[in-house]
Amino acid sequence: MSATLEAPAIPPATPPTRLPRNYLNAAYTVRSWLLTIDHKRIAILYLLGVTVFFCIGGAAAVLFRLELMTPEADLVESETYNKLFTLHGVMMIFFFLIPAIPAVLGNFLIPIMIGARDMAFPRINLLSWYLFMIGGAFTLFVTVAGGVDTGWTFYAPYSSTYSNTYVMATAVGIFITGFSSILTGLNFIVTVHKMRAPGMTWFRLPLFIWSHYATALIMILGTPVVAMAILLVALERGFGIGIFDPKLGGDPILFQHLFWFYSHPAVYIMVLPAMGVESELIAAFTKNRIFGYKFVAFSSLAIAILSFLVWGHHLFVSGQSIYAGMIFSMLSMLIAIPSAIKVLNWTATLRKGSITFDTPLLYALGFIGLFTLGGLTGLFLAAMGIDVHVHDTYFIVAHFHYIMVGGTVMAYLGGIHFWWPKITGRMYPEGWARLSAVLVFVGFNLTFFPQFILGYNGMPRRYHVYDPGFQVLNVMSSAGASILGIAYLFPITYLIWSLKYGPIAGPNPWNAVGLEWMTSSPPPTHNFAHTPIVDFEAYEYPSSSAAIADTHGN
Amino acid sequence: MSTPAAAPPLPIHTAIDRPHFALQFDDYHQQYDACVLGMWVFLVTEVMFFGAIFTGYAVYRMLHHDAFAMASNELDITLGTINTFVLLTSSLTMALAVRAGHVGNSKRVGQLIVLTMILGATFLGIKFFEYYHKYEDHMAPAFGLPFEAPKAVNDAGLAGPFQLFLSFYFGMTGVHALHMIIGLGLLSQFLPRSSRIAPAPGAAVLSALNIEVVGLYWHFVDLVWIFLFPMLYLIDRSDTI
Repeated sequence: MSATLEAPAIPPATPPTRLPRNYLNAAYTVRSWLLTIDHKRIAILYLLGVTVFFCIGGAAAVLFRLELMTPEADLVESETYNKLFTLHGVMMIFFFLIPAIPAVLGNFLIPIMIGARDMAFPRINLLSWYLFMIGGAFTLFVTVAGGVDTGWTFYAPYSSTYSNTYVMATAVGIFITGFSSILTGLNFIVTVHKMRAPGMTWFRLPLFIWSHYATALIMILGTPVVAMAILLVALERGFGIGIFDPKLGGDPILFQHLFWFYSHPAVYIMVLPAMGVESELIAAFTKNRIFGYKFVAFSSLAIAILSFLVWGHHLFVSGQSIYAGMIFSMLSMLIAIPSAIKVLNWTATLRKGSITFDTPLLYALGFIGLFTLGGLTGLFLAAMGIDVHVHDTYFIVAHFHYIMVGGTVMAYLGGIHFWWPKITGRMYPEGWARLSAVLVFVGFNLTFFPQFILGYNGMPRRYHVYDPGFQVLNVMSSAGASILGIAYLFPITYLIWSLKYGPIAGPNPWNAVGLEWMTSSPPPTHNFAHTPIVDFEAYEYPSSSAAIADTHGN
Repeated sequence: MSTPAAAPPLPIHTAIDRPHFALQFDDYHQQYDACVLGMWVFLVTEVMFFGAIFTGYAVYRMLHHDAFAMASNELDITLGTINTFVLLTSSLTMALAVRAGHVGNSKRVGQLIVLTMILGATFLGIKFFEYYHKYEDHMAPAFGLPFEAPKAVNDAGLAGPFQLFLSFYFGMTGVHALHMIIGLGLLSQFLPRSSRIAPAPGAAVLSALNIEVVGLYWHFVDLVWIFLFPMLYLIDRSDTI
């Protein structure tokens, strides 16, 4: 061949280039991942875990939404349907929503945002990931072995006397995962208290840190209570000790009290970190300091405290005294105040901002709208008269999905996009990302808005056979769910694609303010070349210097 | 987590002045504060954990007052009192061990830890003796073991709540005993070593931190018993049932 006769072009000799060391290329072995004590790698491990559990929970939802296309039982039997919605609830709540933002974004960002090299207890951090995965493995085992049909609430006596499914294995799984949550909360609290860089005062902390601090308080105060409730159910089933057994004079309502003492605050474990993400997104894409920084910060703590005083609104129809009901009703309405402070302050931050409609802000704006709708319908449910009417109907289902999916998942996706360049060093494809953000919003509303109407008209939750009059709205809901399901597959696909093909991001692709944007992307193993000295306020954007001067005046 | 092995050897005096601390901390004091705060936060979670079952117990005690009073009288108050004494004494030896750890008297630490562990094990021994008695009297409501309430209780129609009390008794003291066993495991790291290898530089200071943290845990577990003992044994106690 003639080409070989020509002298081959010798490339000019270049000195070997070495990529700057970061936490991803520091080591490549499996062992270096599974035994890592680097908070950033642990965050990646969590990201993989929660994504798997999210997909399982999502698949269950797809199946029962398909079943609900028709009023008759044609796809699955009652028993299978019960197992599907239980699987969906358990996976999504305990293994996705509760750990998603704190364990992935919180783990990655908290030490960097406060200028520390790592969490206070890196080994405990790794331990909590293992506990999380062991708990998840138990639940997966249950799924394979035949499922559990009590609903995610495990009410006694469904879970104690009358259930023959794998309640014990699920309970053990959730118990273990609870310890993961406790240890994460403990680590956050100690880290925020003791590991801040010089000059990083409490009021210079990003609001992301404040809301995670409040979340950690709920984690350490609430989770042990549900651990005990689960332990008592386990003792009842495993050892034959009857704590909730009415035959002995035990009271199943006690289980509901103990359960909701954790599980209502758990809603705030899910949504407070989302609010923290929201503050970061709004500030970065308006280039404004968050309006009323201190109000937003303290409203997180107010939500954490109030969250422990409202559990009784789940028991309005459980035979709780009407006076207790009135108190709980009032307290439940009070918690709307700090939530509203946040929403109003984010909205005020948008004013006169130099807004760019990048994907994270689309999710953030979606969050504001959906969370507001979810929060306002929460006020309906806090009012006893309406709650008695819509209790255990699709109205409830729609309400908490507006908070959890419309709030938490939107913020989680927004946060993942916002910090993706920091985590991986690569940008995601903006066009696809905007398209999927819009699809998520449309699909979500089409899925869950009809459920408000269904519930108000009296369709009970947890039934797979329903009155044919409800079919139109149910078909709308199922159609929305399929849009939502596809819209969730988009980010999974293009984010993986971007790992190899995405443009290099650089340290600060958004021109945002904050310690995490002052180190390289991806950050080096110890986050900073030198411990930073913080001599600037949170969100110190050029346009907001007046607002900061105002804060100093206070 | 500790200083990499490849670090150049420090002069001897620096090794004493600068005890080991983990990489993520700036200095030993930061590590000390973080670890102690971490243990306190953990103890808060423990308060909530026990708080849940204490609340359940308190509610049932109100609901089934008479049955719980009768069942309370079935517990062995003599052994309970001895156990309280044993456990409080172990708190004293633990406190002295923490003090000895802070002043760097490692021989003393070893002696006091042995004493604390003996007292802890004595508590557990007496506790299991009590459990065995309950089993012999057919009052252990678990694993389908034979259970018979006394005749007076049966006559009053209170057999169910009577069994509830004993369920709580076994549940609460069982969880407490589990914490004791974990505490013994934690203490065993301070047992005196027979080997005469010189301790690593900074090891003495580090063990002062470890012993402080484990000491907090041990005192907490004792404190739980201080609540369990009156709630289970003492309230509504009378010689006449």
